[in-house]
Amino acid sequence: MSEITLQIDGKEVVATEGMTILDAARSVGISIPTLCHHEKLEPYGGCRICTVEVEVRGWPKLVAGCIYPVEKGLVVRTRSEKIDKIRKVLLEEMLAHAPDAEPLQALAAEYGADRERFDKHPSFCIHCGLCVRYCAEIKKKNAVGFVDRGSNREISFIPEIAAKECWDCKECFPLCPTSALQAAYVLAGALIAPEEESAGGCGCSCSCSSAPENKVG
Amino acid sequence: MTRLNSPEKLECARKEIVSRIDPTKPCISVCAGAGCLASGAAEVIAAFKTELEFHGLTTEVNTKGTGCPGFCERGPIVMIYPEGICYLKVKPEDVAEIVSHTIKEKKVVDRLLYEDPATGTRALRESDIPYYKNQQRNILSENIKIDSKRIDDYLAIGGYAALSKVLFEMTPEDVMGEIKKSNLRGRGGGGFPAWRKWEESRNAPDPIKYVIVNADEGDPGAFMDRALIEGNPHSILEGLIIGAYAVGAHEGFIYVRQEYPLAVENINLAIRQAAERGFVGKDILGSGFDFTVKVHMGAGAFVCGESSALMTALEGRAGEPRPKYIHTAVKGVWDHPSVLNNVETWANVPQIITKGADWFTSYGTEGSKGTKIFSLVGKITNTGLVEVPMGVTVRNIIENIGGGIPGGKKFKAVQTGGPSGGCIPEAMLDLPVDFDELTKAGSMMGSGGMIVMDEDTCMVDIARYFIDFLKDESCGKCTPCREGIRQMLRVLTNITTGKGKEGDIELLEELAESTGAALCALGKSAPNPVLSTIRYFREEYEAHIRDKKCPALSCKEMIAFHIDPEKCKACGSCFRQCPAEAIHGGKKLIHIIDQEKCTKCGTCFDVCPSRFGAVRKISGEPVPAPIPEDKRAIA
Repeated sequence: MSEITLQIDGKEVVATEGMTILDAARSVGISIPTLCHHEKLEPYGGCRICTVEVEVRGWPKLVAGCIYPVEKGLVVRTRSEKIDKIRKVLLEEMLAHAPDAEPLQALAAEYGADRERFDKHPSFCIHCGLCVRYCAEIKKKNAVGFVDRGSNREISFIPEIAAKECWDCKECFPLCPTSALQAAYVLAGALIAPEEESAGGCGCSCSCSSAPENKVG
Repeated sequence: MTRLNSPEKLECARKEIVSRIDPTKPCISVCAGAGCLASGAAEVIAAFKTELEFHGLTTEVNTKGTGCPGFCERGPIVMIYPEGICYLKVKPEDVAEIVSHTIKEKKVVDRLLYEDPATGTRALRESDIPYYKNQQRNILSENIKIDSKRIDDYLAIGGYAALSKVLFEMTPEDVMGEIKKSNLRGRGGGGFPAWRKWEESRNAPDPIKYVIVNADEGDPGAFMDRALIEGNPHSILEGLIIGAYAVGAHEGFIYVRQEYPLAVENINLAIRQAAERGFVGKDILGSGFDFTVKVHMGAGAFVCGESSALMTALEGRAGEPRPKYIHTAVKGVWDHPSVLNNVETWANVPQIITKGADWFTSYGTEGSKGTKIFSLVGKITNTGLVEVPMGVTVRNIIENIGGGIPGGKKFKAVQTGGPSGGCIPEAMLDLPVDFDELTKAGSMMGSGGMIVMDEDTCMVDIARYFIDFLKDESCGKCTPCREGIRQMLRVLTNITTGKGKEGDIELLEELAESTGAALCALGKSAPNPVLSTIRYFREEYEAHIRDKKCPALSCKEMIAFHIDPEKCKACGSCFRQCPAEAIHGGKKLIHIIDQEKCTKCGTCFDVCPSRFGAVRKISGEPVPAPIPEDKRAIA
């Protein structure tokens, strides 16, 4: 791996090929905030809180520091009025979901983000995907995943898998920056009907007497 | 079908096909594109077959369903060859007359010809119709000539000659050189030079490379790709194989929305026929070059048109974009170099090879060469597909080709580039349409959607509509896109429902700026409709926010309907048709609207006879009190 020199916040930084801007910055003590980044997991680039500005052929461009590979002579700015403003708005958008999450509050204090700025939408999940990726990449179980898309995107445990796999694991719990995960897990647990209840009737709480062979799920 | 294993065999086959065609033999071509099929083209074709049989003309007259020629407003379109007579809006009941008059007696059925609304003169041929006269249809004009389900039709018009030329007379470098010289830019959105993607893939050390057709068209109102892939699938396939040869790929994919069943059917059939003829598969035309292609049906998510998301979907995973800091041309599908171009881009390739880059660059502007297909929809007289040289002005497209705004209404804006594009106001009608000029104006070419809006369109509501579309179509992976769109939609909804506050415009601008940090082009460009409407129609935003008024009288929550007591003639039209029973009236009794019950559906406004014009839309001012009971009687 060859060494390359780049510039971060006016500072000459020596990095090795294959490193990201985040790696290079951290190696010289420049901190870039992250929420969805995890060393053990594949690059993701979802939360965008690590957004930095780079100059490509003289043009400034916003990129995610946690995935952008270092290049020779790259000029990077990790703080500027524009970047701070973007991070502030992103934090405010996430605080609408998880107003009490500690990592968000710490960053909010730094960037002057107002947790009341946007109407509350308390799903408590900021879609960092740490749980989803950890379960898929490290545990290879896919017990939790994203469902739906766009603004309706949510994390959800797959009850059938979760019932078998999660009880003894729960390794994703401490990764969750907002504690939304536990709630989703509890919800998934509630979806799995205990066996003795589904032995007769249709399996739901209604009073019908459908034959077991007709029942769904 | 015999496999053709040399360029000579291809030419022989072509001559044989052409020799079977008698140029004097009448042929009836009916547009069988999705639009015309919806307005009854299949019934028209069936009627022709029955009628010709009845007259014993089945062997003397050919009938065929063809691809879409673009004039969808007047479909189904019937062309009678060899004269080239063009009949519009043909119904099954017109068929008997066409057969007896035009086919048997060689007379023209005047009423089915195009009639100029201004002068009343009729146009006999397609080329006489102003809609077509003002276009330069390099690509689309082939559609009407061929039955897209018959490879022989494509061969008859010179199909696969470009492929043969490339394989036997050109090195891959020559092909790259020609495409580079043509400066063909991607027709799918960004306008990225095609040759640069090709070159990057070609130069990538990985020996496994892919070429891909992006047929995931999803912009509201756009159907260029659909018409091409349904109407002339072989032209896209031929372009793709040429591209594969140039970059050194031996496998290709056609990613097409499953919502386009006819496109899926026709492209699959085209691949099968091309394989039978030896244009696809091993040792193509005996050249030693191998290439196979698969069709992938997409589930119809707008975000999957984004190149990295499309490739993720091809791999069988959820179609979410990935950071493209290493281009997909170098690291694409399964991390192999992948050249992805849109349908129209690929369709240009065979023509560039056959006619040369100089021919191609003779059309267009300095930075944007060739022609571009637009789908012209909305408040415009002639909706349909339009192909013009790059650089034609918006005015030319709207007034000369589109025939202006119907109903005597005033033009307000045209939205170009789909949901991620922007709105161009009247003051900019003379803007030449090319990649760079549109971007400078705060809009974009996109895939070529053009939605025309008249004075009744509220620009704030238009911005809200596109943001609402993107809310569901974003993948939701990154915060700026998912949350930014959610918040922008909330602010826009507030404004259009009369709940806008001072500072909302600035808030939208701030949200738009942070959306610029999104992962992919969908998110980065999502604020365009908002920013361009703020840029050109700021006063409409202000009127909504400050005066609680919708100047276009369009936002339901901000308007009211009122019957002018001076004008009401108690005809009862509105009274009878009001679905909410909100109108009180009677014989010789001035009608009044109960504002509490009114659902603002606008039926009363629409049905009030124009000679009375008694129903009025009101916004930003109080609704006049209903006329007292004792004064309601009309003397």
